[in-house]
Amino acid sequence: MCGIVGLFLKDKSLEPELGNLLSDMLITMTDRGPDSAGIAIYGGTAEGRAKITIQSANPSADFEGLAGDLEKAGIKAHVWVKSTHAVIELDASKLADMRETLERIRPAVRLMGSGESVEIYKEIGLPKDVVARFGVRAMSGTHGIGHTRMATESAVTTLGAHPFSTGADQCLVHNGSLSNHNNLRRELVREGMTFETQNDSEVAAAYLTAEMAKGKDLGQALTGALDDLDGFFTFVVGTKSGFGVVRDPIACKPAVMAETDQYVAFGSEYRALVNLPGIEDARVWEPEPATVYFWDHDKAA
Amino acid sequence: MPIFDLSNTPLRELNSALHALSQGANDTEFEVVNPRGSHAVAVGIDSPVTVAVRGSVGYYCAGMNDGGRVTVHGSAGPGVAENMMSGTVVIEGDASQYAGATGRGGLLVIKGNAASRCGISMKGIDIVVHGSIGHMSAFMGQSGHLVVLGDAGDALGDSLYEAKLFVRGEVKSLGSDCIEKEMRPEHLEKLTELLERAGVTGVRPEEFKRYGSARKLYNFNIDNADAY
Repeated sequence: MCGIVGLFLKDKSLEPELGNLLSDMLITMTDRGPDSAGIAIYGGTAEGRAKITIQSANPSADFEGLAGDLEKAGIKAHVWVKSTHAVIELDASKLADMRETLERIRPAVRLMGSGESVEIYKEIGLPKDVVARFGVRAMSGTHGIGHTRMATESAVTTLGAHPFSTGADQCLVHNGSLSNHNNLRRELVREGMTFETQNDSEVAAAYLTAEMAKGKDLGQALTGALDDLDGFFTFVVGTKSGFGVVRDPIACKPAVMAETDQYVAFGSEYRALVNLPGIEDARVWEPEPATVYFWDHDKAA
Repeated sequence: MPIFDLSNTPLRELNSALHALSQGANDTEFEVVNPRGSHAVAVGIDSPVTVAVRGSVGYYCAGMNDGGRVTVHGSAGPGVAENMMSGTVVIEGDASQYAGATGRGGLLVIKGNAASRCGISMKGIDIVVHGSIGHMSAFMGQSGHLVVLGDAGDALGDSLYEAKLFVRGEVKSLGSDCIEKEMRPEHLEKLTELLERAGVTGVRPEEFKRYGSARKLYNFNIDNADAY
């Protein structure tokens, strides 16, 4: 079944509230999927800086002395440990070095996502526990997406949780199931994409990343997904400055959207939106099947 | 008049109170406040009670209604008035997927738009939508009437049996075995009655087109034997 939520802020005064609002939205959707939960928050960019979110099955060993070990390897970075995850902030030009270095000095850690602004936190467990574990409520940002999972196509593991990130500042959450993901994965591997799981949603994320790498914007990549992905899907997708929604032509996976002068919000159900400020006067609608919706901070400016 | 505030009262208390009503009961006007998208609000009513819901509801509101009059002063999630037997359900806002699915009787009025699969497998219910409806509406509809003042999405009336469909606006496409049919006096008469019961004014029945089954699909045709 799965529950997905998204919130794209237009009003800067709400940015300190992003983590709090998104947490409540996700927790309301708990009974749509109790297996695992995750959240991606976009915020806190600084000129020339980049962020990597990593996860470890053994955080006390992997994160202990990590900043020092990185410095010894020639990379100056700040490391913030949050439970099983750590966010590493560094000079953007060092991002590729960092990946290689991490593979060498911390081979067991897994990359959740990287980019200028995204931080991704996901674990097995209920949304309320995942949100508390990572202190999501205190996070500020410009936009974010969340997912609570009822697993169908692959195992209940941390890496099988959503959001999936396959490119810088890109991530995706999915409600549904794809039927051509194995074939598409083979084609994407041939194009040079790498995969961490057997999950169908990761293929959708990688597909969008590959299409955007060819020069498409998010809206164009989502339009392509309607032709190239077979199965049931409601996707909510984030990029550094944008936020998109698309449903397959059958549109049996639920979706409700709300827009005010302050935000655009997405929920699998209206229940997820009822605590948002001004929801009583928001324009609330169900996104049309096979129709791409997307908003972009840069393009709106 | 009993008022149930769903922000501090469990849903089951509301539905139990509705189910406990006996014929001739005095409390026949219920009000529900703060539904906040709750599922299964006022399902299984089996007496002529009136329920006013102040706000939007989630899945399956007023499902299986048998004789009640439920008005939602907001929008409804998927499956509103699913399998209604009799009575009236009015949605002041929009309705999500499969509104009135499998309904056997009664009247469902949606004052906004309805999403996909409106009236899927309808079996006697009358549905009047003031706005437009989504794709695959009235799929396998067996009997009853679906009246749409706005437009219909793709594959209207696919694999239709004997439900009668009336659309005033554009139909994006007709489903298999669904065709436009002649509007005869008895249809105009029925349409006039349904529009009046649904509170529609300023719209003439002559503005609608009628769609129904070509009846080529639902009886076994020996020429199609190879297809099975």
